[in-house]
Formats: sequence, C-alpha cells, structure tokens
Amino acid sequence: MTAFFQSIGMSFEWAWFIATVCGILLIALPLLLGVAMIIYVDRKIWAAMALRRGPNVVGPFGLLQSFADGLKVFLQETIVPAASNKGLFLIAPIVTFTLALLSWAVIPFNSGAILADINVGLLYILAISSLGVYGVIIAGWSSNSKYPFFSAMRASAQMISYEVSIGFILICVVLWAGSFNLNEIVQAQKGHVFGFLNGFGFNPLLFPMWVLFLISGMAETARAPFDLTEAESELVAGYQTEYSSMAFAAYWLGEYGNVLLMCTLNAVLFWGGYLPPVDWAPLYYVPGLVWLLIKILFFFFVFSWVKATVPRYRYDQLMRLGWKVFLPLSLGFVVLVSGYLMFTRYGA
Amino acid sequence: MIQTIAFYLFATLVIASGAVTILARNPVHSVLWLILAFFNAAGLMVLVGAEFIAMLLVIVYVGAVAVLFLFVVMMLDIDFAELRAGFIRNFPLGIVLAVVLLAELVLGIGAYRVGGLVLGTPDGAAATPEGVSNIAAIGALLYGRYLFLFEAAGLVLLVAMIGAIVLTHRERGGVRGQNISRQVARRPDEATVNARPEVGKGVQL
Repeated sequence: MTAFFQSIGMSFEWAWFIATVCGILLIALPLLLGVAMIIYVDRKIWAAMALRRGPNVVGPFGLLQSFADGLKVFLQETIVPAASNKGLFLIAPIVTFTLALLSWAVIPFNSGAILADINVGLLYILAISSLGVYGVIIAGWSSNSKYPFFSAMRASAQMISYEVSIGFILICVVLWAGSFNLNEIVQAQKGHVFGFLNGFGFNPLLFPMWVLFLISGMAETARAPFDLTEAESELVAGYQTEYSSMAFAAYWLGEYGNVLLMCTLNAVLFWGGYLPPVDWAPLYYVPGLVWLLIKILFFFFVFSWVKATVPRYRYDQLMRLGWKVFLPLSLGFVVLVSGYLMFTRYGA
Repeated sequence: MIQTIAFYLFATLVIASGAVTILARNPVHSVLWLILAFFNAAGLMVLVGAEFIAMLLVIVYVGAVAVLFLFVVMMLDIDFAELRAGFIRNFPLGIVLAVVLLAELVLGIGAYRVGGLVLGTPDGAAATPEGVSNIAAIGALLYGRYLFLFEAAGLVLLVAMIGAIVLTHRERGGVRGQNISRQVARRPDEATVNARPEVGKGVQL
C-alpha cells in the first residue's frame, strides 16, 4: 500500500505512515465489528444448546443485540471505587483491549495481505499473549477488593502455566515449517500430507499437538471450561467485579478479541490459514480470506460448543492438566518431531 | 527520520521509567515501571535489528520474570519506609557495587572496542552476515560454535531448578491426594452395592 501512496506524490515517510494507519484501520474496524457479531453468535449457539431462544428482540433475529448492549454500557456511569488505585484501575482495561488488537498485525489474511510481515511473527504473538496477563493482574490489584485479587492470582498462574505448553506446541510447528514467519508457515502447509492436503493438522505427528493447542488456547483465553478467573459462584465476577460502563465493555471486547485470535491461530498454524483444505486448483478461485473466515468461524463454534457443554474445571485439576499432562506431552512431541525431521529432512 | 524519532522516544522512556522504578513509593508501581523499561529496551533492540532478542526480552522478562516479581511484591506486604531506614547503613556497600558494575561495563566495552572479544566487528556494525535472518544466525552460533557452553548453561539451570524444588518440598502427612487414573479406572460395580435389607435392619458397609 506504501507504493500506492508514493505514486500519488508523497514522500516515502508520509506514504509509509498513511499506509500503515490505513492498514491498522482496515484490520481493527472489521475486527471490532466481528467481535460484536461473534458475541451474538456465541449467545445464540449457547442458547440453542440449552434449548432457549437467545437474543431475539433487538433487530431482525436479535442481530443488533450487541450494539444495543454497547450503547447501554456506553451510557452508564463509570464508577471508580474510592479505595482503588485510580490510575492503574483505569489503565488496566485499556491494556487488555489494546493487547487484544495488537496481535492481529502479524496475521496473514491472504498471501500478501498482512500488516507487518516480520520474520519473528510467531514470537511476536507469543510475546503479546504473555503480556495479556497484565491487564488482569493490574485490574485485580488496583481494585483493592478481595475477589478481583483472587481472580488475578488465578489468572496469572493459569496463563503462565499454559503458555509453557503452548510454547512447546508452537516449537513443533516452527520446526516443521522452518520459519517463524506466519506467512511462510501457511505456505509450508501447502500440499503437506500426500501432496494434496493443506494443513499441519492432517499430519499424524502434529494432530495431537493441535488438540493440545485447542485446549491450551481455551485455558489461555480463560474460556469455559477453564474460566476460573470469573467463576461466579466463588468470585462474583472475578477481576471485573469492580468495573462498570466502558471499562467493563473494554474487558468484554478484549476477551472476545483474544478468543477470535486463538481461533485464527488454530486455523493459521494447523489448518492451512488462507489456503483451501485440499490442494486442488478450482478451490483457489475462492478468495483466501473466505477460507480463513470459514475456519475461524468453525473453531469459534467449537469454542462455544465446549462452553455450552463442559462443566468448569476445579483449580487443582487445571494446574494438574497444565503441568503434569500437557507439559510432558508437548515436550515429548518436540523431541519426537525434531527426531523425525532429523531422520527425514536434515538426515546426516 | 522515523528511526531517529523512535530511538529518542524509546531511549527517553527507558531512562525515565528506570528512574521512576527506583523513585516510586509503591513497590507495585515500581515493578510496573520496570516492565515499561523492559518493554522500551525491547523497542531499542528492534531498532538495531535484533528482533529475536527483542521478542525474547518481552517473552522472558516481561511475560514471565516480571509477573513473578509482581506476584511476590503483591503478596508480601513490603514496607518501603522500613527499607529506606537502612539506606545510610548500606550506603558504602551500594557505592562499592556501583563502582564494580561501572568497572565491568568499562572493561567490557573497552575489550569489545579493541577487538579482544569476537562478538562482532569492533566498529559496532551488525555481525549478522547479509541475507541470514537473525534467528538463523543466532541458532547457527548457539548450536554450532557455542554448543557446549549453551548446553552447560541449560544443565546449570536444570540443576538449580531441581535444587530449588528439593529444598522447598516437604512431605505433608494426612493429605488425601487425588489419583486420577484410579478414579478413571473405577467401575460402577466396585463402587456401588445393591442390597435389599429387611425392614428395620441397616446395611453393613
């Protein structure tokens, strides 16, 4: 896009600046709209599985429910508890919301349609997701209230635990793709199995890693069944207890943004991203963005499905799963995958 | 121009947040400023073209180490006024430490300048060969030339970790732990009994 702005007579710096701002808006605005709609989809799926109707009053089929909720929240008064640490209390939701948007910079939406095509793309995503815990910790501490604080403690322990196994899972993918660049990882999946199945997920050595990634992703984004940070029976509403109005909405949006990002990562890292599932020429006439959206929506359906059907984990079970099951398993698979690649690809 | 602006922005923020880290009265604020300093240092790393180091700085220091700091600081109720009381008493020790650190810095930079260390070129130009990405260059060095040192460092860390676990672990009696595999392997006929007791009689369990 920089070239286009340069062609209409701008210096390189200005062209780059305007092109980047346009790119950010092109990603962030549809993303926020998508988050609003995905909240509606989540509620509808959840309702359908519980044999209820779900939101059906505002707009046709209740489609505008999220916007009505947004307006309601926007018009509410922002209440800052007197005993809270005011600066941090207000910064925390901003941190969460910003970090939820930041990771999308390196996601390839189509071959070439990527805001920042950096060669440490996956590490960047890992870095941003490891920062995500701060929004929660700061909120919990600055609220100066016991339930948010408990929730913040739980959230940080949970996120750190599952990041370890996510790191090992990503290493398997990186080893196979031979690159940290997300675009190259997608391209490496072209014709990966039998020369015509696009996706690392079809690979028997990487399929178990995908299952671990899906579950770790739910734990990392604190989605049900791992939503101990907001366990309403124990912690009122977790770290959001003291929040109201737009600060609360920022958490809500940030959380769903993270869930969408996890679904996208599932699609990009294991199921071929913007590539069609089968390496067959006519399928490439469908734009890559459509394939990516189909995959994201499918994984979001899986996330909702799990939320609607699986009961919440107990805290010690969560920790056991992370440290005693996922960590050894993913570590074992790193050895397995690198050993296999050593024998086949880099064989002496 | 953008690089220059970015450099001065990051550099000023590193120094400013580093200073506020020491000056802040609240320990939690201190750690948060420290995190901002780490983050801007990562920005500086990106500017010199060491994006791998920058990402590691964020993942390891900001994402893991600083979270633990924050954890500890939040859990322990540290009274800073009490710590400040020992300031004068520990002042000479602080000066000695500062002098040692300064000497190390000067020696290190000096050795690097005269070419005593083969880290890169003495004039400060990037040591990475043209056309090789950052990660590939670091990987080739770590797993090629410095393989032994790298693995030794890993081993030392492993020993330290196991040592910490062994030292702090204590066996507690009377705890009924959960054996997941036993629970999963349990069948209904082991756990339930069908009985038809006579009226007025109980069931022997």
